[in-house]
Amino acid sequence: MGNRMSHVLKIAATAIAMGTLMVGGVHAAGGGGNYDTANNDVGNSASLQRGAAGFMNYCAGCHSAEYVRYNTLGDALGLTDDQLIENLMFNAEKTFEVIDVSMRADDATRWFNKKPPDLSLVARSKGADYLYTFLRSYYIDDSTPTGWNNTVLSGTSMPHPLWALEGLKAKAEHAESDEGDAHGGGSQAQKFDVLSSGALSTEEYDQFVLDIVNFLDFIAEPVQLQRQQIGIWVMAFLLLFFILSLLLKKEIWKDVK
Amino acid sequence: MARSESDVRIGQDKAGVMQWIKDRFPLESMLKEHVTEYYASKNFNIWYVFGVLSMVVLVIQLVTGIFLTMSYKPSAADAFASVEYIMRDVEFGWLIRYMHSTGASAFFVVVYLHMFRAMLYGSYRKPRELIWIIGMLIFIVLMAEAFFGYLLPWGQMSYWGAQVIVSLFGAIPVVGESLVDFIRGDYSISDITLNRFFALHVIALPLALVMLVVVHILALHEVGSNNPDGIEIKEKKDANGVPLDGVAFHPYHTSKDLVAIVVFLAIFFAIVFFAPEMGGYFLEHANFEPADRLVTPEHIAPVWYFTPFYAVLRAVPSKLGGVLLMGAAVLLPLFLPWLDKSKVRSIRYKGWITKMALTLFVISFIGLGYLGYMPANDLYVILARILTVVYFAFFLLMPIYSKMDKTKPVPERVVYHG
Repeated sequence: MGNRMSHVLKIAATAIAMGTLMVGGVHAAGGGGNYDTANNDVGNSASLQRGAAGFMNYCAGCHSAEYVRYNTLGDALGLTDDQLIENLMFNAEKTFEVIDVSMRADDATRWFNKKPPDLSLVARSKGADYLYTFLRSYYIDDSTPTGWNNTVLSGTSMPHPLWALEGLKAKAEHAESDEGDAHGGGSQAQKFDVLSSGALSTEEYDQFVLDIVNFLDFIAEPVQLQRQQIGIWVMAFLLLFFILSLLLKKEIWKDVK
Repeated sequence: MARSESDVRIGQDKAGVMQWIKDRFPLESMLKEHVTEYYASKNFNIWYVFGVLSMVVLVIQLVTGIFLTMSYKPSAADAFASVEYIMRDVEFGWLIRYMHSTGASAFFVVVYLHMFRAMLYGSYRKPRELIWIIGMLIFIVLMAEAFFGYLLPWGQMSYWGAQVIVSLFGAIPVVGESLVDFIRGDYSISDITLNRFFALHVIALPLALVMLVVVHILALHEVGSNNPDGIEIKEKKDANGVPLDGVAFHPYHTSKDLVAIVVFLAIFFAIVFFAPEMGGYFLEHANFEPADRLVTPEHIAPVWYFTPFYAVLRAVPSKLGGVLLMGAAVLLPLFLPWLDKSKVRSIRYKGWITKMALTLFVISFIGLGYLGYMPANDLYVILARILTVVYFAFFLLMPIYSKMDKTKPVPERVVYHG
């Protein structure tokens, strides 16, 4: 009986270990591509606050986040309604409103050739690593209508929104030609020659972008932190339930020869 | 004690609710037949939990599905936004949605393992052919259910996946193109397609699924469960007519199944709470972009549970040939009861040829699944062709190798180390 018991336990332990490994494995594999790793932390509310400010100042003029209500930002960013209204809500009055954009769709199409995409879910469709690399891969290119190009998304219709912060870069002569390749390779810094510096140093600029990416990651799934907290309790409950169910099974089966 | 006719008359019954029901409905006899006096072998191993786990997942899908329909809008204009509404504004809507999306994949995990159990121990052999056929019907309905459901979030992969799969019917000569228009109800996947897929997903197919599951279990209880030794426990009975190697479904198998259910739920909820996208395998990244009929995604791959069959489709150069071969790959297992000519049921008493064939089959199925997920290049197509041949050979050559394979003597009683 003891032998059987340990057998069942072994199977259960293996199953749980395999499940955990599988979850861990694919979690690590998520994102993919040859992008710089963002390693952002949506639990860092200071970073989220900075990212929200960056987003509202530099992104929200053209991009909406139409599934995100201002009041979902409050808790995670540690802001009161008044602070939200004062600091982040430039074109909304009530905190239950969504992050909308004032630019009209037909104007956008005329100016940029297409309406700038909604950013509610961009961190889930493209991945944080993609965004972190994309916003650091702009370079001057006279051959495009905007004068800008990007090694991650060649021919992007968005001119560099953060150029005043980053400064101007040209594509490095020695960089391998990867036009049209969606996956830029190697470290971003090695691919560009700096033409003029912007308001921020390279480290400051990387942090600025990282904060915005962190914010985008958060708004793509605002429940993600709460989800994991609840998950720990559910796992603890199931572990307890597992022990009880195993004892019950053992008791019922003890006379089966 | 038998009760006389007069007891059932209005106003004369004082024997309580249970007796009242018993007089009008065969509750007690049904419980005995299917639960407390249904005897199944005491030596069931871990492979025998996937049937009950399929039922657990079915219940999860039905219940979460009902709650999802309360907030989901089946229209091309609103579907994508309504899913985000569920994810963000509905109380615990995210949990319901993640349980449903994880449940879809979990369904195929447990059903594939359940089917493999039958292949291991010859559970499809006489007299259980009909159970197997009904099971295959359940599998086919489940594939349709998953396919229709996948369109509903109305993301890019929903849209283009449906576009690709529906267009396969266009390969049928003469009527193909009209058939495709008939299925879509339009010249492309559109609002009307979404509406009809919704109807099929939330009522027609679940209803068929539940009814088939009932028939599956009734058929099983008629002939009795197989066991890892592939022998009939009914042949050795005690004085009361109870199989010597059988234990009652309740409380024995129910208590054992409960342990399995808890372990399953631990894995299931680990995914729901900590990795609901499962790295893009359960919820594909491209599906977080709303459907856009003008922008085709770079790489369209079906969800993982369809990829083995998708790889077979792509392995054939002609579209019609690919569709036919894919259909054959899905339907071939249906004939297993008649393809297997071995003298024994269980893999335990079969020879090395069968064991090797089954191993190759598993390798081909998993390999095709991997290849179906990858963009097709020359090497992948060659590999897919080799594995497709292996897959079909496993079934088509079975009458030959299962007959010539040496078998070991089968024991009188089941092997059980209490």
